[in-house]
Amino acid sequence: MKLYCLSGHPTLPCNVLKFKSTTIMLDCGLDTTSVLNFLPLPLVHSPRLSKLPGWVSKDGTLNLEKKELLDLSTIDVILISNYHCMMALPYITEHTGFTGTVYATEPTLQIGRLLMEELVNFMERVPKAQSATCWKNKEIQRMLPGPLKDAVEVWTWKRCYSMQEVNSALSKVQLVGYSQKVELFGAVQVSPLSSGYSLGSSNWIIQSHYEKVSYVSGSSLLTTHPQPMDQSSLKNSDVLILTGLTQMPTANPDGMLGEFCSNLAMTIRAGGNVLVPCYSSGVIYDLLECLYQFIESANLGTTPFYFISPVANSSLEFSQIFAEWLCHNKQSKVYLPEPPFPHAELIQTNKLKHYPSIHGDFSSEFRQPCVVFTGHPSLRFGDVVHFMELWGKSSLNTIIFTEPDFSYLDALAPYQPLAMKCVYCPIDTRLNFHQVSKLLKEVQPLHVVCPEQYTQPPLTQSHRSDLMLELQPPPMPYRRCSVLNLPFRRCYERVYILPELANSLVPSEIKPGVSLATVSAVLHSKDNKHTLQVSVLPPSKKRKRVMEEPPVVLAPKPLLSGAVPLDAFLATLQKHGITEVKVEETADGHILHLQAEDTLIQLEEDGTHIVCDNNEPLRTTLRDLVLRFLQKL
Amino acid sequence: MPEIKVTPLGAGQDVGRSCILVSIGGKNIMLDCGMHMGFNDDRRFPDFSYITQNGRLTEFLDCVIISHFHLDHCGALPFMSEMVGYDGPIYMTHPTKAICPILLEDFRKITVDKKGETNFFTSQMIKDCMKKVVPLNLHQTVQVDDELEIKAYYAGHVLGAAMVHIKVGSESVVYTGDYNMTPDRHLGAAWIDKCRPDMLISESTYATTIRDSKRCRERDFLKKVHESIERGGKVLIPVFALGRAQELCILLETFWERMNLKAPIYFSTGLTEKANHYYKLFITWTNQKIRKTFVQRNMFEFKHIKPFDRSYADNPGPMVVFATPGMLHAGQSLQIFKKWAGNEKNMVIMPGYCVQGTIGHKILNGQRKLEMEGRATLDVKLQVEYMSFSAHADAKGIMQLIRMAEPRNMLLVHGEAAKMEFLKGKIEQEFSIDCYMPANGETTTVTTNPSVPVDISLNLLKREMALGGPLPDPKKPRAMHGTLIMKENSLKLVSSEQALKELGLNEHQLRFTCRVQLQDPHSDNDTLHRIYTHLKSVLKGYTIQHLPDGTVMVESIVIKVSSSAEDANTKVLLLSWIYESVYRSLRVWQPPTLDIFLR
Repeated sequence: MKLYCLSGHPTLPCNVLKFKSTTIMLDCGLDTTSVLNFLPLPLVHSPRLSKLPGWVSKDGTLNLEKKELLDLSTIDVILISNYHCMMALPYITEHTGFTGTVYATEPTLQIGRLLMEELVNFMERVPKAQSATCWKNKEIQRMLPGPLKDAVEVWTWKRCYSMQEVNSALSKVQLVGYSQKVELFGAVQVSPLSSGYSLGSSNWIIQSHYEKVSYVSGSSLLTTHPQPMDQSSLKNSDVLILTGLTQMPTANPDGMLGEFCSNLAMTIRAGGNVLVPCYSSGVIYDLLECLYQFIESANLGTTPFYFISPVANSSLEFSQIFAEWLCHNKQSKVYLPEPPFPHAELIQTNKLKHYPSIHGDFSSEFRQPCVVFTGHPSLRFGDVVHFMELWGKSSLNTIIFTEPDFSYLDALAPYQPLAMKCVYCPIDTRLNFHQVSKLLKEVQPLHVVCPEQYTQPPLTQSHRSDLMLELQPPPMPYRRCSVLNLPFRRCYERVYILPELANSLVPSEIKPGVSLATVSAVLHSKDNKHTLQVSVLPPSKKRKRVMEEPPVVLAPKPLLSGAVPLDAFLATLQKHGITEVKVEETADGHILHLQAEDTLIQLEEDGTHIVCDNNEPLRTTLRDLVLRFLQKL
Repeated sequence: MPEIKVTPLGAGQDVGRSCILVSIGGKNIMLDCGMHMGFNDDRRFPDFSYITQNGRLTEFLDCVIISHFHLDHCGALPFMSEMVGYDGPIYMTHPTKAICPILLEDFRKITVDKKGETNFFTSQMIKDCMKKVVPLNLHQTVQVDDELEIKAYYAGHVLGAAMVHIKVGSESVVYTGDYNMTPDRHLGAAWIDKCRPDMLISESTYATTIRDSKRCRERDFLKKVHESIERGGKVLIPVFALGRAQELCILLETFWERMNLKAPIYFSTGLTEKANHYYKLFITWTNQKIRKTFVQRNMFEFKHIKPFDRSYADNPGPMVVFATPGMLHAGQSLQIFKKWAGNEKNMVIMPGYCVQGTIGHKILNGQRKLEMEGRATLDVKLQVEYMSFSAHADAKGIMQLIRMAEPRNMLLVHGEAAKMEFLKGKIEQEFSIDCYMPANGETTTVTTNPSVPVDISLNLLKREMALGGPLPDPKKPRAMHGTLIMKENSLKLVSSEQALKELGLNEHQLRFTCRVQLQDPHSDNDTLHRIYTHLKSVLKGYTIQHLPDGTVMVESIVIKVSSSAEDANTKVLLLSWIYESVYRSLRVWQPPTLDIFLR
């Protein structure tokens, strides 16, 4: 069993597991941090941005986390754990000769589709005049300024996919429900478990009858909107692959939420606007729910909240229909029946309005001061770019970062100098190191595999030894492009004995509670399932190819076990008319001399030796007598 | 031999109060717990005393599974769990869990508040009963206990309807509940994988019907409604609040829109709004088309259909009213029916099955004078139409499901005996499987023949698999020998050598030696060599080796030569073999070779 690690990004993993003749890709996250190297894509031409020195205005290219470590066309299935970890799917399913199946839950598929649609929309609505690729040449790249010069493997940066590719990729997705058991080629069973991080997010169990691998990716123990994490099913794993821990181990999500609300209220009261760059699904539901409770008490009842994204409406609508995937509280609301998320009420009362973009209705209905939720959190493309240009110059306004994926300082770099206030409240609900060590103590996996980043404290806080995994035995670290041999020894396989054969078996008790039976049968292996049946010659057909004949079962090659007790053996010999026996004691046993027959029998603990000249009947008799005292296997 | 036992307490050769007991692999499961619309006495509920004469049912049942929210499948649930007594898990899907208590409360109100019955379950009992419910997701494998697992499949019949696959070890049963094999305007079609259950328990409401195309039926329905409206008549459509109601609403709504009709459509009871809301929130359970377009246009937001008020019934002019309940046995639909029955311009359309004993059933059978309470009679002058819109599988659909699941046995419930008989014959003929149709309280037993799962050592399996050459032909069966170790509950199949090692037994070697004398003037070595060449020419197809330590081996038989002490020309051959090799090969060559030496 081998694990190929194609991504070094611990929260956007991409691993390939080879297990019992199946090749399983676990997630395919898309690392978009490379867009920070590019200039923002403005919706309207911005003279300021295009005059910045030393930068080439280009649109986003994305860093695909893969390498030619293995042939991607050999992948049988892709298991998706949550919608953030499937953004590279079109790159894998569309251009590598991939012919397998992708498994994901329904919310993961639907929301993943929305996020991809949004990304494509952001890119396509600002078509660029020309695209440069020559700079990717190493010689040229070397002479480029700033961080670009040091960027690694820029040739793996790819252009964004098209909607057509997205649709084609997603048509390969097969929907699964939590705890559904999916058989892969009869050899392996995979099953998603609730991971508590986002709508439909899952951890995966990959198991055969005897081995179990757990894949934990992006899990949360906090009570937010999704169904709570299923921990008990992770028990008894041979290997647990651990990815997607919190990127903000020192930031408490609850505290951040409080800070978010108070900063928002402060800005609005002072007459400023609030900009929240965010993804269109996920934490935004919790932010809106928090604001729903907060609005009245903070006297923000008249402040308009805008959610601007090409998929804003869909995202809000979809969130309401996944009752099965929500936490218990929200489920019981659906039984009433009421919409599970309170943003339905915010929309109904016109406090929250959503628009596909800043064009159209929004421009006429837009009132300030207001709160705007919009993407993309990298501040490089999407409607957020426009608001940065619009509001950046006033110190009344505030930008509040809630997504932890991008460094906010890097994100702001091209907008400097900035008068706008910046508040950094990253909300990452994924497991922290404390929670994960408690979890691992609970589920007791034999081995843990994790990204190498988790085995040492973060670079900036090297003294914080609590910000790393400490386990016994120590976890097996991986980095990008490593190939790990997982410590596994497969010993058994499941075989089914058909009832006819089972009935014909004759068990004999060897020890109390332990019985043995010799099995001679015909083994059929089909679809990785093995059955044993009685060997019967099929009704003879006149013309039959040799190949089709089942093998004639040779008489079993028996093993003998036990010892021949002297006295009992002598008594038996006597019964068979062999009376003249001279017994001689030796170091290891006895030698019996059958004088009349001139035959020697050497009896020892672990063997019997019959020395008998050409007297076949006698030899057969003696053999049968000896065998009476031995067990045949 | 392991057995599966099935006993219907209700729905055996009957429609109504579905309740089927299944015993499989030592587990007892109750499938559905419904009431009978046609009775108002004890016969309304299944006879739970069959399970035990006294006391609670908890220790006799491992779980209860409810297939969907129709009262003939869940109406007796609070009675069973709270009044008879059952504290174990009750499984149902999310939509069923949401809607079931509302229908139960409605049922209770009609029975207790309107008819004044006592000794009936209370609102609190419904709540307590629902606390025992464990929600079930489609395709999720739920482990009821270590051995019993259940899995739900989409059944289509109403929102949240499910079929269940029940599995213990390698034995399994599928219960369909009510299902529909053709997608309609708001639900998808039932689907199941090829799970090859030992027993498929299927409903058979439309066992003998093969329905014409749905489009024709819809056109007929719309034509009748339209004609009636045109001549100023009122149309009553008795429905249950959820299910067909939404289907027909969508149908009329689109028709009204297309034809630009102005006559009002009403939907009775306060449940409507709520009911439609459930459909909006559980949109993932509807058909693909509705799911795809719900963001742009939610099909369950009706423009033309408005809530009904009691006073509207006397309004002049045409109107269409959907009223509950669907079999005209009580409630608002019955009240409106009484008001409108006298006018031949009016029309009542029965869109579903009516249980014996209900007014719906009577008027469908052509009865024109109805006896009402208080000896009053009612003349039925309005037109009575029947259109089968209930989402049950027809004969074709049932056969299709059998083809999908490939069961080993078939059992029919939820249908009329005569119709079942017909379908039973057809199934047995077409699939050559046994088909049963027990009456209520009658037990059907089938024996199963499960294969025995055994852990085979990989070494042994690989060795046997490799015997077919470097790339074994997977289609070719292979011979295999091993030892089965039975210890406590584990069954392990290993090679004989490994079995000895694992059990701490030592191998016992049985060796035979035999001396043969022959005359040969050559030296010992030469004699041996001559024997070697001779054997080689005689025994084709055997491995024969001349070893440097002065022995010749034929397979595993050792041959040594020594000179006799008295006479150098007399050579003594020592032949030595172990028991196993005797078994395999000596049988073939012993007599001739010995002859070779003696010649």
